[in-house]
Amino acid sequence: MASPLPSPVTATTAPAVLVEDLRKSYGSTRVLDGLTFAAAPGRVTALLGPNGAGKTTTVACCEGLQRADSGRLRVLGLDPVADAAALRPRVGVMLQDGGLPTGVGALEALRHVAGLHSAPLPVDALAERLGLTSFARTRVRRLSGGQRQRLAMACALVGRPELVFLDEPSAGLDPQARLAVWDVVREARSSGVAVVLTTHLMEEAERLADDVVVIDAGRVVAQGTPEALTRGPAVLTFVARPGLPTESLRLALPVDADVVEGEPGHYAVLGIPADPRVAATVTSWCATHDVLPEGLGAQRRTLEDVFLDLTGRSLR
Amino acid sequence: MSGSASVAAARPGGPPAARAAALDLSPAGGAAPWWRRTLRQGSFEARIALRNGEQLLLTLVLPVLVLVAAVRTTSLDLGDGDRPALALAGVLAVAVVSTAFTGQAIATGFDRRNGVLRLLATTPLGRPGLVVGKVLAVLLLVAVQVVVLGLVGLAVGWRPQLPPVLAAVPAVLLGVAAFTALGLLLAGTVRAEGTLAIANFVWVLLLAGGGLVLPSPLAPVTDLLPSGALGGALRAALADGAVAPWPLLVLAVWAALATAACARWFRWE
Repeated sequence: MASPLPSPVTATTAPAVLVEDLRKSYGSTRVLDGLTFAAAPGRVTALLGPNGAGKTTTVACCEGLQRADSGRLRVLGLDPVADAAALRPRVGVMLQDGGLPTGVGALEALRHVAGLHSAPLPVDALAERLGLTSFARTRVRRLSGGQRQRLAMACALVGRPELVFLDEPSAGLDPQARLAVWDVVREARSSGVAVVLTTHLMEEAERLADDVVVIDAGRVVAQGTPEALTRGPAVLTFVARPGLPTESLRLALPVDADVVEGEPGHYAVLGIPADPRVAATVTSWCATHDVLPEGLGAQRRTLEDVFLDLTGRSLR
Repeated sequence: MSGSASVAAARPGGPPAARAAALDLSPAGGAAPWWRRTLRQGSFEARIALRNGEQLLLTLVLPVLVLVAAVRTTSLDLGDGDRPALALAGVLAVAVVSTAFTGQAIATGFDRRNGVLRLLATTPLGRPGLVVGKVLAVLLLVAVQVVVLGLVGLAVGWRPQLPPVLAAVPAVLLGVAAFTALGLLLAGTVRAEGTLAIANFVWVLLLAGGGLVLPSPLAPVTDLLPSGALGGALRAALADGAVAPWPLLVLAVWAALATAACARWFRWE
């Protein structure tokens, strides 16, 4: 599942984004609570978390659109607010709400953004690559959500940035368009661009990201490559009717075991590796409760599982 | 195109179009010169405004109708002096308010709500370029209005002379400054729908009794408003060929106050 294309990054590579102990509150609501992570050039870093976790606020601080209350923040080695003028030509931004001018044609908007740069990508080639040509002259306000997403992505890339921030880049895209967008992201990465994207889609993080930063309630709860995050022995899982007395099953298992019902009817035995004895115990416990466990077997951990273990909450 | 994109482009799984065209995405970020950025932004916004039917109605069609009606009817008391010149002065004042205040405030208000200001602030344009671009767009549109209304004025009997035309220039420029700043202040402090309602309502109020088209019966009050000052300065210029210092001072003070208020209270999002 994980991306097979890790880019060579040496220990001496300066991070494109460095966030240390970032804190921000709106009134009494704490949005960022000591967030720390780094994003490297030539890699895709995914900020993964549920809605409201603080992903967009983090990115907005990195873009210089918002100020954090405290903490250290360096973007391409510079301060996003104080050095904004120097950073703007070097950083591409795709906002979650688009922010495209609505009264012009799609390519006219893209040409306008291109014209603000000194050496932009050829607009027609970029438009073809992201599939914008079929609606090139359509007014932005008449575009579908997916069309706007692709146009916004083109606007983020057209200035040939060293670093791009993509806020929920594949929201509203059909599977075909999503693959096209992912391919362009991978292409940017292999050209040495640092890509920082936010997502609440597990699949996007697992398939696209080199580094995943799992965020919940304004804090980093885990980070690493998708492989590292999901490493570990397989665990036993099965499907049965929802609401089984998991505490009773736990007592039948070895002491380290824990039984969770992540989604209704989907059970996992955590804390101990899956083995034949665990399977036998689960089967006999099910028999005494008149339950037929379906799909009983050993499963590798997914990012979803990791997230669930860390936060106790389902991501999607 | 360099070959740097070929690794990803050759990956299976992407749609055919994605594999067809390779792009050189290697970083080469740089900004266009500031004058080119702001000129581009100015002409971009002016083009959008000229394509907006509702805004054209407000900025060109209605002023033309008012101009023709004011010259042709005798029931309106435009004051003492050359009737076509007085009518043109009043209508130019309306045109400046339509473009710099009402049209610009509505456009900026919705751009702010739709995140356009946020996005453009992250491009090499930045927030300062965005503001300068807006001012340029207003100046471009006002130039178009001056030409169109001047031609219509000629058609209905206005006979231009150089001193009155030159005397009108500072009035138009200070009017643009004051009403652009007021429009930005409105758009940057009130939500978009509120801006739409207030900007249109204020336009109607100023047109009816603000001393724009007609000298106001409440002159002591309206002379202190930017509308009365703009109307007065333009009437003095076009009808008498005079630079009226007092109305121009009033406009300059409004421009300064509104600009300071914008700097203090304008919220970008």
